[in-house]
Amino acid sequence: MSASDETPDRTPSERADVCVVGSGPAGALTAHRLAERGYAVVVLEAGERFDFEDRTRRMERAIRPGLGSVWEMGGERDDYTSAGEKYYPLNAARVKGVGGTTLHWQGMVMRFHESDFEPWPIDYEDLRPYYAEAEAALGVAGADDNPFAPPREDPFPMAGFEPSYSDSVFAEACERLGVAMHSVPNARNSEGYDDRSACVGYGTCKPVCPSGAKYSADHHVEKAEDEGARVIDRAPVQRLEHDDSGERVTAAVYATPDGETHRQEAREFVLAAGGVETPRLLLLSESDEYPDGLANTSGAVGRYFMDHLFGGAGGTLDRETRQNHVGFITSECHQFYDDPARGASGTDGEIPAWSGEGPEPDRFKLEFLNYAGPSPVEMALSGNEFGDDLLDSLREGYGNSIAMGGLVGQRPRKQNRIELDPETTDDHGNPVPKIHWHLDDRTRASLRRANEIQHAILDDLGVDISWTVGPDETGPAFHHMGTTRMGTDPDSSVVNTRLRTHDLRNLSVASSSVFVTSGALNPTLTIAALALKAADHVEERL
Amino acid sequence: MELTRRDALAALAAGGVAVGAGAMLEGNPFGENAPASPEDRLDTLLAVAEVVYPSEVSGIEEFVRTYALGRTEDRDDYREGIVEALDTLDEYTRTWHDADFRELDAETRESVLDQMGVDTADPDPEGTDRERVRFFAVNELLYALYTSPTGGELVGIENPQGHPGGASSYQRGPDG
Ligand SMILES: Cc1cc2nc3c(=O)[nH]c(=O)nc-3n(C[C@H](O)[C@H](O)[C@H](O)COP(=O)(O)OP(=O)(O)OC[C@H]3O[C@@H](n4cnc5c(N)ncnc54)[C@H](O)[C@@H]3O)c2cc1C
Ligand code: SF4
Repeated sequence: MSASDETPDRTPSERADVCVVGSGPAGALTAHRLAERGYAVVVLEAGERFDFEDRTRRMERAIRPGLGSVWEMGGERDDYTSAGEKYYPLNAARVKGVGGTTLHWQGMVMRFHESDFEPWPIDYEDLRPYYAEAEAALGVAGADDNPFAPPREDPFPMAGFEPSYSDSVFAEACERLGVAMHSVPNARNSEGYDDRSACVGYGTCKPVCPSGAKYSADHHVEKAEDEGARVIDRAPVQRLEHDDSGERVTAAVYATPDGETHRQEAREFVLAAGGVETPRLLLLSESDEYPDGLANTSGAVGRYFMDHLFGGAGGTLDRETRQNHVGFITSECHQFYDDPARGASGTDGEIPAWSGEGPEPDRFKLEFLNYAGPSPVEMALSGNEFGDDLLDSLREGYGNSIAMGGLVGQRPRKQNRIELDPETTDDHGNPVPKIHWHLDDRTRASLRRANEIQHAILDDLGVDISWTVGPDETGPAFHHMGTTRMGTDPDSSVVNTRLRTHDLRNLSVASSSVFVTSGALNPTLTIAALALKAADHVEERL
Repeated sequence: MELTRRDALAALAAGGVAVGAGAMLEGNPFGENAPASPEDRLDTLLAVAEVVYPSEVSGIEEFVRTYALGRTEDRDDYREGIVEALDTLDEYTRTWHDADFRELDAETRESVLDQMGVDTADPDPEGTDRERVRFFAVNELLYALYTSPTGGELVGIENPQGHPGGASSYQRGPDG
């Protein structure tokens, strides 16, 4: 199951206006926009080009134990070390390949709230037109029913997915307690869109959608190629070189599977290698002019690493909840996002305001899951019973699970960082990324607050709560942010508001690595909007 | 509950085999290679299915045959994996019970899978005997059943994971 055997030409292009590093959504959208406008674009992608035809077999890998990584992650190429107080499972958090991590992602996409931008040097209005373009590009199905979301101009490109049956179960309790429920924008086709199929309900969205209904960035890679862009897969960039003055990047040095190393020259370079590999590549590109890493005069490269944390709770109910038909969610609650300590009251009860000791909670969102509890086929494949006994267990295990999730943000802190680990090297002899990741008390308080509300809703429904993921159990949501932060001051930030590095005149970054703060919403629509903005600014210089 | 040809085709689709509704899928997936005959091998696979499938499903023979044919078409390695796992099973029962797996009575077949440790083995296509039997025989059959609409319905989910059963079943309540 891998790309075709014929060896494509991986030698550099003779003339390129723009070289993009990475072909996840950030790189793909940047490349597509610039190619569409007539520029010669070369995309260098570390991973392989996966064959769409293999997707159903990859789904089998996802469901069946024993078949290995769905997207071939792991091994020397992807080595890393985790040094923080909390272990960071990096290879569960990313995919290397044409399309990047969106091959695996869940695909919920929302605009950051206006308040999220307060610490940023740009605001919601600056990004607003790009958000609309990003929604059209990804193909977002959504309904305009979220009273807490920022203002928008036009309806979503597609009608939203209807609420699930289990949403209607939750709605009873939410009404009694005064908790608002509203739809979730999904980068997932509720109808045919942009030559991709409507959702047909495989229920394996994360980690693979066999129908292509879930957006993945390989789609824009193909569109970029149709516009004349060149995409070289299995071409990990090893370092960036600059001119004598240290003002311009001159070439991206990349390796190819035949053991060769090549140099791609270009007028402009866009780094879109994700929130971990982007700072790593800058650190690997140290030089006499930039002894601490390229574009790192500020010392901020790799610093301020943030992720979102998952908080949730679930259990069983004495009625059927109809889970696991689809692999995405249809309802959320942003009511506590801008005022996490607030209470609420409904027709027959209330959520008390936060009365906790210590630090106040930060923003979070709540999710009503459609895939609580195990799916029958997965239970069957890992169970240790057969025949009628197995069926009895499946019937017992499936049917009345119910659960809520939520995302909590982290404040930017210098000590949370990606650095190089000289002790461990990858398949090309480069030091691997070393991740320092800690949770602070504020994040813990936010998780406790999210749990408090989740428990109130589940208790009201009469759920027998069997698990809670709170401050002690929490793990990352796989959103890598902050490691090349945006700012107006070159002494404390890496890129400016045009997403160009302060230090080098032709080097831009398109990634959540430029986020100043994390918010508590899934980041990719914001990444896409920033990538389109970065592309516009690159064009201004070409 | 009756397993149908539609279930077999749905299960095949969940493994990446697109079979046109009119496709033939007849005959025997396990070609002529010693020591067992193709018919014997299919019988062994069916004998495993009788253990791992619940008693309330019928139509197993056609389901398994169609599925196995579709799965192994153009995939020699995979066929080889299944064949070897079935031969391993026979070898084991010949050692301990003096007979091929398919010749044992229902109770003994079940106890053999337990004795071999197939029930608790981690499925692994490149693993030990019991891990390969678990992967290529037992889990192969369970994957086929429980990603099919009929298999899902047995458990109460008409659109099981792995089956593209549309984007409306999730909206329906238990009473339809
Ligand atoms: C399980 C999971 C669920 C998720 N769900 C959601 C969700 O619901 N909503 C949401 O908004 N986000 C979600 N995300 C996050 C989302 O996938 C990422 O935010 C998004 O893919 C980031 O886009 P990117 O283009 O910046 O990076 P990536 O998609 O990671 O792509 C980076 C690409 O760069 C390549 N690369 C790296 N280094 C080099 C190099 N040196 N040379 C060449 N190429 C290189 C990589 O191979 C990769 O293909 C999820 C992530 C995971 C893991
Ligand atoms: S449920 Fe998920 S995996 Fe299935 S078609 Fe819809 S988007 Fe794709």
